[in-house]
Amino acid sequence: MQRIPIEGRLRAGEERLKELLVRGLAGEGPAYQAFLKELSAHLRAFLRRRLARLPDEVEDLVQESLLAVHNQRHTYDAGQPLTAWVHAIATYKLVDFLRRRARRDLLVDSLDDDMEVLSSADAQAGEARRDLARLLDELPERQRLPIIQVKIKGLSVVEVARAMGMSESAVKVGVHRGLKALAAKVRESK
Amino acid sequence: MKTDDLIAMLATGAGAAKSDTAARRYAAATGVGACAAALLMAALLGVRPDLSQAVLLPMFWVKIAFVGALAAASLVAVLRLSRPGVRLAWASEALAAPVLALWALAALVLAQADAAERTQLLLGQTWRTCPFLLALLSAPAFAALLWAMKGMAPTRLALAGAAAGLLSGAVAALAYSLHCPELEAPFIGIWYLIGMLIPATAGALLGPRLLRW
Repeated sequence: MQRIPIEGRLRAGEERLKELLVRGLAGEGPAYQAFLKELSAHLRAFLRRRLARLPDEVEDLVQESLLAVHNQRHTYDAGQPLTAWVHAIATYKLVDFLRRRARRDLLVDSLDDDMEVLSSADAQAGEARRDLARLLDELPERQRLPIIQVKIKGLSVVEVARAMGMSESAVKVGVHRGLKALAAKVRESK
Repeated sequence: MKTDDLIAMLATGAGAAKSDTAARRYAAATGVGACAAALLMAALLGVRPDLSQAVLLPMFWVKIAFVGALAAASLVAVLRLSRPGVRLAWASEALAAPVLALWALAALVLAQADAAERTQLLLGQTWRTCPFLLALLSAPAFAALLWAMKGMAPTRLALAGAAAGLLSGAVAALAYSLHCPELEAPFIGIWYLIGMLIPATAGALLGPRLLRW
């Protein structure tokens, strides 16, 4: 009987987040940022429950999952429940992390409940232990500079291309591949 | 870097996402793989000389339908396994159906044949080479499809690798059909299937290593 309000909240949360993501995928920056912000709170709650014995790892895994969501955002099909997509990514990253630690006894909760990931939120960000900025510094220049110029300083691709003497597509490819390389470095760093 | 800074970084200049990535990558990989398999077949093995007569036989088209149905079903499986949170659903039944149908036909053929003919129906002339040649033809499609899948986000890596391998095998089997002299259902149900399962097994073994993201 108590499931009804939870499911109602879930459905509302799902629809709201989905709308933000769909607008974000269409190119609306603020909607996309709002999506990531709200998603990070859900991911934090989801991961905190599952990493109850490793609380210090939660924020690192939140960041890793956000990076994965961003890098794989082209695999979201708007006909698909957002919950299932997010849950599959978060679970994949969690399992990958646990496998890397090769410690199977840390799972404190079932991994199979699709509905849980958007059912609660935790906006209180802890401290990340792994510094993504330091990993960013390790990327080759053709990836690092476009990321810094476009994604951190907020310059347009056209401006960066002109300033760096690169083609616009080279700047875009640098950003795209750089973020994928960053995700790979995150995996190796643990 | 704080999580909020990461979020701001990811959202800044993100632009619109391409929604047709899967279609473009798999169309390119399947196309390249099919052309390469056809070229390899023509160059190494040669088209069977009596192809113009063979295409008049119903069993030739049963074989093409069998391989084509497996190719279509494994493509569906590949597409579904490429997206996080999408279940295989009916794709597994679609994969089993052509195999079971062909096996039923093979059982019928074997039941009606004389005991002396059965070995011939099962082994044909080329059972020793068929699976390996088929697997050889699948190699370019195998590499291309794993590349395409690498750009997506499979979460069940062994299964996804197996589906990509099976698709490469089915694509190769279509090309191999133009060379292969065998038309009996029992032969196809065993040796073609083994030939397609070789790249599927390779995909299952390599997937967890190559497809991580």
